[in-house]
Amino acid sequence: MADKVLMKGNEALAEAAIMAGCRHYFGYPITPQTEVAAYLSKRMPQIGGTFLQAESEIAAINMVIGVASAGKRVMTSSSSPGISLKSEGLSYLAGCDLPALVVNVQRGGPGLGGIQPSQSDYFQATRGAGHGDFHMLVLAPASVQEMASLVFKGFDLADKYRMTTMILADGTMGQMMEPVSLDMGEVQSYDKSWAVTGTQGKRRHNIVNSLSLLPEELEQWNIARYERYHTIEENETMVEKFMADDAEIVVVAFGVAARVARNAIVAAREKGIKAGLIRPITLWPFPKKQLRDAAKHAKAFVSVELSMGQMIEDVELSIRCARPVLLCSRVGGMIPTPEEVLAKIEEAARTGGDEA
Amino acid sequence: MKRVTLFAGHYGSGKTNLAVNYALELARAGQKTLIADLDIVNPYFRTRDSEDELDRAGVEIIVSPYANSNVDVPALPPEMYRVTDDRAYHAVVDVGGDDRGALALGRLSPALREENNYDMRFVVNFYRPLTQTAEAALGVMREVEAASGLRFTGILNNSNLGAETTAADIRAALERARRLSERAGLPIVGTCAREDLAGALSDIDNLIPVRLRFRTDWAIF
Repeated sequence: MADKVLMKGNEALAEAAIMAGCRHYFGYPITPQTEVAAYLSKRMPQIGGTFLQAESEIAAINMVIGVASAGKRVMTSSSSPGISLKSEGLSYLAGCDLPALVVNVQRGGPGLGGIQPSQSDYFQATRGAGHGDFHMLVLAPASVQEMASLVFKGFDLADKYRMTTMILADGTMGQMMEPVSLDMGEVQSYDKSWAVTGTQGKRRHNIVNSLSLLPEELEQWNIARYERYHTIEENETMVEKFMADDAEIVVVAFGVAARVARNAIVAAREKGIKAGLIRPITLWPFPKKQLRDAAKHAKAFVSVELSMGQMIEDVELSIRCARPVLLCSRVGGMIPTPEEVLAKIEEAARTGGDEA
Repeated sequence: MKRVTLFAGHYGSGKTNLAVNYALELARAGQKTLIADLDIVNPYFRTRDSEDELDRAGVEIIVSPYANSNVDVPALPPEMYRVTDDRAYHAVVDVGGDDRGALALGRLSPALREENNYDMRFVVNFYRPLTQTAEAALGVMREVEAASGLRFTGILNNSNLGAETTAADIRAALERARRLSERAGLPIVGTCAREDLAGALSDIDNLIPVRLRFRTDWAIF
């Protein structure tokens, strides 16, 4: 038997969650991530896990809070409108310092939008997942293999830093099929002495809580949390570079947009344009340093997104606006073509240096 | 050859691709052919993706007006009854995946049983995660039969790893197909292989060279 299986992205991330030791899934169906629930509804009963279709997204995220409080690995998944409904719960998870894995297989928005792929929840994931000062670790897979490997890693990061990891995928990543190796390695175990699992009368009880009526105390909680975020920014940023080391035109793209951009970059190189790709795998923490370094040899940047231009703000901030940043985007469920990206690279090569 | 050919099986096993290829083959052989997309479960990867080519070959397409659109409405058009009522045509039916997808076929199954002129092919890819063994595939087969009210008549072995498939991968799955055939008491009516692999596999009985239908813009990664 070959060691690979042919999986949809949604199936791959569901199986990887099981391999990471997740035995509790709570969700509510929504296209284009419904296969996550369909797959786990078959698999969880086979392995003694819990699959529960909640009555709503809000119920599902609160069930996640419950299991996370007990120190067990837990996940939920949804698509854009459903993630908006989970917003309050995401903030509570952060306030309680609980580890959880949340998947967003994005579709076109705003509102009910449509069922075709999109990346327009970038701001929501990296800036505004809910009220209050907090971040989630945001991982952006660009292949079915990464749908699996980043889920596996995402559970580790969540446990290590006691926070939510969000897998920010798009409809394409959820639906496309590719061969996957499910050789994920060992499941790490982390100290969970904070979990509310019963004291057996042997220790003081633990409290999982996001409420503090003392402003001095609440301030300290926030400061401590941001010290942890700083450690993460130092240690956990992930990027993939492609022909980027000498690039004069640096394309920044994640997820499906990065796949399209690679084709365009190869075509640009054939035309004599030194183009390269920096693909953020972590959207938070954003690879600020890598982009700042690239600005030393780049004439211009091109941000390729399935949004009206959201990540482009992080690109501009990272390089302190030292170089022009052009936007190449399609929205509403449309995907930029390699030809469109190439045209934007050529435009940047023509005009980019002058504007700087 | 039976008048109606149904392609059913596990979700993502390749039913649509094979159904479209088969309909084109019939039409090019001069048969009056229609293809009916019976999938009410998955709004993506539909027969309509091949609309232009089917049109050119003269295959009539019966598909939900909502397929491949920006809405997700599990509806079937009334023209679907042409599968059973319009007996001047060869009908190729692309059934939705798994038992859930096959449920819609129940609406047509009494007339199909009464006419008794159909083949129902179980499309199986042993590299899909939930049908990796003959026993698991047999389980899906029985679920689809229960949901649709129809019995399969043959197995279409479509084992592949997408673009990475090698001839050795296809050979490695043959034993599981034979085992499924024995357990189910059904013949293997074909083993599919991407066109460029067919030469290396010509010794396999009923080998079907398959032309793949998918977008390649971002296939390479």
